[in-house]
Amino acid sequence: MNDQLVISGFCTLRQHRVVHNGKLLFEDPGSNTVEFLTAAYNHFRISYPKFHKMDQLAKLGFLTTEILLKDTDINSRYKADRIGIILANSSSSLESDRNHQKTIASRDNYFPSPSVFVYTLPNVVIGEICIKNKINGEGNFFVMERFDPLFFANYLPQLFNNDIVDCSITGWTEVNGNDYESVIFLIEKKKHTDGGIANFTVSEIESVYIRK
Amino acid sequence: MEQLVQKLKEEIITVLNLSEMKPENIDEKAPLFIDGLGLDSIDALELTVLLEKKYGLKINTPEEGKKVLYSVNSLAQFIRENNKG
Repeated sequence: MNDQLVISGFCTLRQHRVVHNGKLLFEDPGSNTVEFLTAAYNHFRISYPKFHKMDQLAKLGFLTTEILLKDTDINSRYKADRIGIILANSSSSLESDRNHQKTIASRDNYFPSPSVFVYTLPNVVIGEICIKNKINGEGNFFVMERFDPLFFANYLPQLFNNDIVDCSITGWTEVNGNDYESVIFLIEKKKHTDGGIANFTVSEIESVYIRK
Repeated sequence: MEQLVQKLKEEIITVLNLSEMKPENIDEKAPLFIDGLGLDSIDALELTVLLEKKYGLKINTPEEGKKVLYSVNSLAQFIRENNKG
C-alpha cells in the first residue's frame, strides 16, 4: 500500500549555523569545521564522550541527528528495526582518508592510527547514529556528485512501500576541509504524524534543502 | 615513575581524544578497559601504537597485552622495565 510520506522534521548544519525546522538555534561565525562542531556540541549540552573520538563526518551527522531527533520520541513510536538511516554525500570519507594517508606516507614513520583508520568509510556515521539511538533498521550511505532530491524521492518510498521501514532519518552530510553541510530529514508516513512540515516530494525536498 | 605516570595520562588523553577528561581524573591503578575509562578495542590498538611510536616498545602476545594495558601503572611499569632510551 502506498502511503504518502512527509518530512516531519529537518535539521541543517552549514555555514556556521544550526537550523532546526526552519528556526535558527545556534550560530558561531568565523569558526572552522572542527571549532563549529565542538561549539555546537557544547551549546546543545550533548553528553556523549565518544563524540570527541569521531571524525568530522561522523560528528556532523551525529550532531545533526541529535538535534533533529530531540523530542521526537521515534524510539517509542517505532521499533528499532523499523527505523532506517539513509544518508549521502559527495566526498565520501575523504577527510579521514587524507588523515590516514598522512600516517602511512613515510616508510620511516609508518604508524597507521587505528582510530583514524576506522573512519575511512562514510557509512561509519550511520553506525554512530545507530549506536547512540539504539536503531538497527535499514542503513545505506550513497556517494553522489551533489544533493539529489530526485534520488531521495524515488528511493525512500521503495523502502516504505516494500515494508522495510516505518520511519527514516534521511539526507545529506558532507565534509571536505572547511566546507561542511548537513541537511537531514525525518521521514514518516503522513498517517503517523500531524501532517508534517512538507510532503516528501522532489520540489518540497529541494525547497527545504535550500532554505536558509 | 610518578613523572612517567603523569606523562602517560596526558598522552592517553591526547591519543584517545578523551577531551572531557583531565589527568587528575584518571586513577592510575584502575582498569583502563570496561570499567575505569571504558576504553574499547580500537583504543587498545591506539595504545599499542603509542607504546611503539613514543617508546619503541612492542607487545608480543595477547596475554602480555592484557597485562600491560591493564592500567596506567602497568603501562608505566612495562615502559620502565623495557625502555632502553
